[in-house]
Amino acid sequence: MSPWTYFRDHQSDVLHWLWTNAWLAGVPLVIGLVIALPLGYLASRYRWVYPPTVTLAGLLYTIPSLALFIVLPGLLGTQILDAINVAVALTVYTVALLVRVVADALNAVPSDANSAATAMGFTRRQRLFGVELPLAVPVVAAGLRVAAVSNVSLVSVASVIGVPQLGSLFTEGFQTTNYAPIVLGLILVVALALVFDGVILFGARLLTPWQRAVRAR
Amino acid sequence: MNPTLSFSNVLTWLNDPENWRGADGVLAHLREHIFYTLIAVVIAVLIALPLGLLIGHTGRGVVLGAGSANALRAVPTFGLLILLVVWISPKIHAKQEVSGLIQQGGLAYLIPTEIVLIVLAIPPILTNTYAGVQNVDPAVRDAARGMGMTGGQVVRKVELPIALPLIISGIRSATLQVIATATVAAYLPFLGGLGRFLVDGLTTLNDPHDGYPKMVSGAILVAALAVVADLLLIGLQRLIVSPGVSGRYSRRKTAPDATAEKTSVQDITVDLAGA
Amino acid sequence: MIRFDSVTKRYPDGTVAVNDLSFEAASHQITVLVGPSGCGKTTSLRMINRLIDPSEGRIWIDDKDISKESPAKLRRGIGYVIQQAGLFPHRTVVDNVATVPFLLKQDRKQARAHAMELLDRVGLPPQFAKRYPAQLSGGQQQRVGVARALAADPKIMLMDEPFSAVDPVVRAQLQDEFLRLQAELGKTIVFVTHDIDEAIKLGDHVAVLRVGGKLAQFATPAELLSRPADSFVAGFVGRDRGYRALGFTVADELPLHEESAITLGSDLADAPRLARDGWVLVVDAEHNPQGWLALTGVPDSALQGEVTPDLLNLGGTLAAQGGTLREALDAALSSPSGRGVIVDDDGRLVGTVSPSEVLARIEAHAEEARHAPAEIGTS
Repeated sequence: MSPWTYFRDHQSDVLHWLWTNAWLAGVPLVIGLVIALPLGYLASRYRWVYPPTVTLAGLLYTIPSLALFIVLPGLLGTQILDAINVAVALTVYTVALLVRVVADALNAVPSDANSAATAMGFTRRQRLFGVELPLAVPVVAAGLRVAAVSNVSLVSVASVIGVPQLGSLFTEGFQTTNYAPIVLGLILVVALALVFDGVILFGARLLTPWQRAVRAR
Repeated sequence: MNPTLSFSNVLTWLNDPENWRGADGVLAHLREHIFYTLIAVVIAVLIALPLGLLIGHTGRGVVLGAGSANALRAVPTFGLLILLVVWISPKIHAKQEVSGLIQQGGLAYLIPTEIVLIVLAIPPILTNTYAGVQNVDPAVRDAARGMGMTGGQVVRKVELPIALPLIISGIRSATLQVIATATVAAYLPFLGGLGRFLVDGLTTLNDPHDGYPKMVSGAILVAALAVVADLLLIGLQRLIVSPGVSGRYSRRKTAPDATAEKTSVQDITVDLAGA
Repeated sequence: MIRFDSVTKRYPDGTVAVNDLSFEAASHQITVLVGPSGCGKTTSLRMINRLIDPSEGRIWIDDKDISKESPAKLRRGIGYVIQQAGLFPHRTVVDNVATVPFLLKQDRKQARAHAMELLDRVGLPPQFAKRYPAQLSGGQQQRVGVARALAADPKIMLMDEPFSAVDPVVRAQLQDEFLRLQAELGKTIVFVTHDIDEAIKLGDHVAVLRVGGKLAQFATPAELLSRPADSFVAGFVGRDRGYRALGFTVADELPLHEESAITLGSDLADAPRLARDGWVLVVDAEHNPQGWLALTGVPDSALQGEVTPDLLNLGGTLAAQGGTLREALDAALSSPSGRGVIVDDDGRLVGTVSPSEVLARIEAHAEEARHAPAEIGTS
């Protein structure tokens, strides 16, 4: 049986799983970024905030995903099979990864640019939104791409505890010793990851027209 | 009806010495987990370190190294695991048993698992190794050659020690990924490791003493193992990296031109590659 | 002795870095390769220790063709100093210096002890031994680089713009100490720089290279200044050639006048008696000149108390007795009293000389040079 045949035979299930996988990876990405930006800013702005924040983030990132998928139901009061556990876990990972990236990206903004802005009369807030954040976009985008791609593939781990998404294709393939769903699953997950990657890359290019000009030279 | 999941019996479970002893106990599974991890990381280092040093030193093959880390991140490791198991396991007929580490029949599932773990561990080590070597100041490399070191000596005595922080960072990243994936591998039959608690607890969810508490205990143990492994490697880094490279000397500097302490964009990029 | 024999270096894309270069770097002397960017000076230097190999021609060290020797072995016998020092960040200063002895498998303890001596020789205090390069300033790192090159006691030293990356004050210090070191050690040195003044100051012989790697002139610094081979060399050597050439003529036969001086701490009231033309020279207890005291228009009533340093005019430079005409002229011109102060090797006052007397000597000297036999018809 070819993966394509399998897809045709189980179309509605596969599409449902694809959709689940997409939002389980995507929503944490957005929420994670929204949380990480102010935290990362604080870590870059106040020297004493950086070490504990980065250490805590590192610690959280170290926790294996399956462990987090299992502990969260107890903390949140949800069921094991609830997809929301996965979403929360991935949000935690996204924040853990991005806080450090945002802090480092803001710290890496050339101090000359900041000094010039302050000397010209920018307020702190204007400087943040007018100078520091735009210049930090490329690095934050790179971190976001890493988070996106990991999130998409991490979702499939949740099949071990039974949450239905693209990873179900793998468990199905294992239980029926059938290559087709496995290969289909691999293709779809990688494709989904590449789509996320591409969208973020495109968005970053849009936000950084000055880099486009440099590339065009 | 699914029982509500509470943490109330977790401490009980962890404190019960019965749960620690025996072939299905914490100590046994911990041993297995460490065993699975060590094999994969050691083999990955044996492959990726020399390769990374070679690529970094000669500057050839960079494209190969750079692409692999990112590309592999998009592949779901669970899927890869299943694929290799379905493909290879039936072909392995060896029934050896290594007491305390490999159950009878486990080899058929362990081998594809280890293959996946090794494939997972290689890119972070490879990328970080060659990035570390490439980051060595060209003046230092020139001076080393100019003083009469052979190519091999330059790599061993100069490039490797200077690249060590990045290399160890890559090994840390690889180790964490391997520990996490070895946990997932418990989905497969005959395999041990701490993931066993996570998967087995699913079947006994209705038992308030042995279902969820077992799963959470397993989760805590795995997380603890990951953290301890990370700390050990950080400790190793402190021990073997020269203070001149890590900047870990008394800040009583004689020079006004302090080495830049700001993180550069390049540093962040390399960080992400190993993430 | 290092001999370049019609050496050419051509790169695959067609650029010729070094073009048919032939010259001899004499043993125990400093030969400087100087020229604008792209003249092949660094390329030529790096061909001596085979970091680059020539496309054509041969290089001989003491009549041995270096292409026949293993590069690594060759390099261990040649000291190599580069612009950014290239110190190993992961090793302490003392271990950096001992690098080549370690490579040669010498006894580690001895090698380190020898390294400590070298650190002292290049002017670094012993506390620096256990520090790491990142803790040192640029100038200090350069000194370590020189010590490292000297560690295996090579006969030959190659130096590629070693003093260019530091500020001018530090550079001048390093150059002076380098000359002092060379006077003690007598190595065969090939030195690359883009700075003609550095070349003239340091070189026993200077090879001026033009863009494209061709030799424009190979001569002593004095010859370079007085007889540049063509307009390129003349332009490269720059202005003030006549004045700078004075730096190569010893100020002998200068008429020195006695100068009465007042000692620091003595009574100000004694000053007018010792002064001449309203100025009196002030010296310390060792008879070393400290500065001038101006007395014109100062009423005797104001001369109360002691001669103190804050009263002094420090305007004039000092010239050594065996020094150059350039020093003597500068001492005479810069002196606020119009009398150039001449001192001996220990810095003690010998006498003074006036600008016109120095100029007379300069002219006499130039006259002698003009009447030397002309060289038309010689090679």
